Amino acid sequence: MTTRLMTGNDAAATAVKLARAQVIAAYPITPQSPVVEQLSRWVEEGELPAEFVAVESEHSALSVCIGASTVGARAFTATSANGLAYMTEQIWWAAGARLPIVMCVVNRAMAAPWNVLNDQQDSMSVRDAGWVQLYCRDDQEILDTTAQAFRVAERINVPVMVCYDGFLLSHTMMPVDVPSPAEVDAFLPPRTAPLQIVEVSDPRNVGPVTPADPREDADGALQPGYMELRAMHNASLLQALEVVPAVDAEWSEAVGRSWGGLVGEYLLDDAEIVLVAAGSLVTQLTLVAETLRAEGVRAGALGIRCYRPFPADALRDRLASRALALVYDKALSYGNEGPICGDLKAALYSMDGEPAVYGAICGLGGRDVTLEHLAQAARDALSDLEAGVAHRAPVWIDLAEGSMR
Amino acid sequence: MTRVSELSTTEYLLSGNRACAGCGLGIGLRAITKALDGKMVLVNPASCLTVLGGMYPISSLDVPWINVAFPSTASSAAGVRAGLRAMRREGEMTVLAMAGDGGTADIGMQALSGAAERDDDFIYVCYDNEAYMNTGTQRSGSTPAGARTTTTWTGKRENPKDVPAIMEAHGIGYIASTNAAFPTDVYDKVLKARDRRGLRYIHMNTPCPSGWSFDPKDTVKLGRLAVDTGVVVLYEIEDGVFRLTGRSASLAKSGKPLVPVAEYLAAQGRFRGVSDETAAEIQSWVDARWAGYGARHTPVG
Repeated sequence: MTTRLMTGNDAAATAVKLARAQVIAAYPITPQSPVVEQLSRWVEEGELPAEFVAVESEHSALSVCIGASTVGARAFTATSANGLAYMTEQIWWAAGARLPIVMCVVNRAMAAPWNVLNDQQDSMSVRDAGWVQLYCRDDQEILDTTAQAFRVAERINVPVMVCYDGFLLSHTMMPVDVPSPAEVDAFLPPRTAPLQIVEVSDPRNVGPVTPADPREDADGALQPGYMELRAMHNASLLQALEVVPAVDAEWSEAVGRSWGGLVGEYLLDDAEIVLVAAGSLVTQLTLVAETLRAEGVRAGALGIRCYRPFPADALRDRLASRALALVYDKALSYGNEGPICGDLKAALYSMDGEPAVYGAICGLGGRDVTLEHLAQAARDALSDLEAGVAHRAPVWIDLAEGSMR
Repeated sequence: MTRVSELSTTEYLLSGNRACAGCGLGIGLRAITKALDGKMVLVNPASCLTVLGGMYPISSLDVPWINVAFPSTASSAAGVRAGLRAMRREGEMTVLAMAGDGGTADIGMQALSGAAERDDDFIYVCYDNEAYMNTGTQRSGSTPAGARTTTTWTGKRENPKDVPAIMEAHGIGYIASTNAAFPTDVYDKVLKARDRRGLRYIHMNTPCPSGWSFDPKDTVKLGRLAVDTGVVVLYEIEDGVFRLTGRSASLAKSGKPLVPVAEYLAAQGRFRGVSDETAAEIQSWVDARWAGYGARHTPVG
């Protein structure tokens, strides 16, 4: 273990190297590019024995990973925003084909209009595609989570997105403890055989047209139909609710650092108001909780580390009998509300001790989110709660309404 | 040139597959799989070939087969190849990407261009039935002028893209044009491609009874007529050297005029009602290409 000052992108690349990825494909996009620049350098210099495929688009980046992963290789790519959107077809394909690909999504705002700065609209817009989605609070968590992601993916044969905020983390240097290759090797064995067999001696047709109903194979054994395969995929994805904490515990054993598995919590024990978010906002919210406590408000912070599968039980457990959960989303389900806020409401619906759940939209397109903005949003929410507001439309933090024509 | 009697009797394309009666693809695929002796992995997007393969959990092809997304044939194949190499398995099988003309000339072009520029190590076969036949005969970038499709009801106005020429512009080492009605021409070209490295591109015209509207018993006849009229030309470009092959080479050597294109048009329902003016334009397009190929032809020896 050595401590080095590095950016979030360096931390991600370092984890991929430590994980001994065998095939890396990538297309440049800000703010992701430094991840694959670093990896390509290591491959060219012989420090990382992997195939690096410099493709002509993000669609092809994930396609290369799909091909490589199908025949059993450990595959990695990274992207952001429009690059992620361009991959969308293949995001679904990778999950449906049950390929344990790991992809870093360096969160960036979606165009139009163009904007290269941070929010989380990109990864949130593919939350339903059947991948595990993990969000990181700081550079150390990026390194640890990216390494853990390979273990999670390969254990359940479901791909994993490691999401972290563009620039706020990707380009910000922090001290990061880098485990030794031996420590990571002990944690992460080589990938076991893939689900699908690609062998000349045992020819199979992988991923053909699949009828809705189960159907007998040539030996008379009943095989699942499309709907059964989808249910099996979902069941495997849900296994991540156990596997993500288990892998985090194994990582803790190997390198001595844990991230709590599905959620992270701060000053939660006696909290009446719980501030909820994913990503680097969570680090800010720990400071906001301290500020509010200094003002006499019993506040705590709850970070969603695993957003898909959604950790509904863990959230119900942490939020029962609180007065208020205030969710800060850096994304919006347009025409509805913030994605985390909506999911949380559904998870808490009708439970005993259900808190009020309010949503706030913040930081779109890299809008600076200050601690004071976050704290004031919490104070406003408490006023609304005291006024008896049960359902509140999402509040837009720091919106300059005077400029909107 | 290999003779039909010399082909292996091992069949990798099984009977009872779901291809339409008279499908040219089946003839070509049979020759391709024989040339690779089954030591291959097929990478294939949505296309007639997918339909030919049958529905899960039963397959009509006795070789490993990976289905991939429509635009991703070449990039997925590049990934399969990279994965096999990373796992030291590349000696086990040839990676054969195979897509239709829509999957190649249109939606698959970007990924194919990227793979060609990188000279990724696999064989790409475009089987060209000259429209989106699997989805009901919509026009593609490879549909010939004059052909009626379900999106060109009065006949397509434009000539088809010349995909082999596009591939040649990428500077890859082996490019071939063939026709499924000439299985030994297909076989020999796949055999040659198999023993080379880098991206190898084979464009295989496949007559399509349902899409072109002709009697399924006439598939081979139509394929031969396509070559005899010069609509399809059999050739290969090996390390930049262009050579007519098989029947096209014989036709060029004979010095006799080609069969008029009108005969080819009259044999297919899709060209019914083509105006004399359009027919003349198609004839001059064919003549100009034939003259160009003839001028480039480098006889063997």
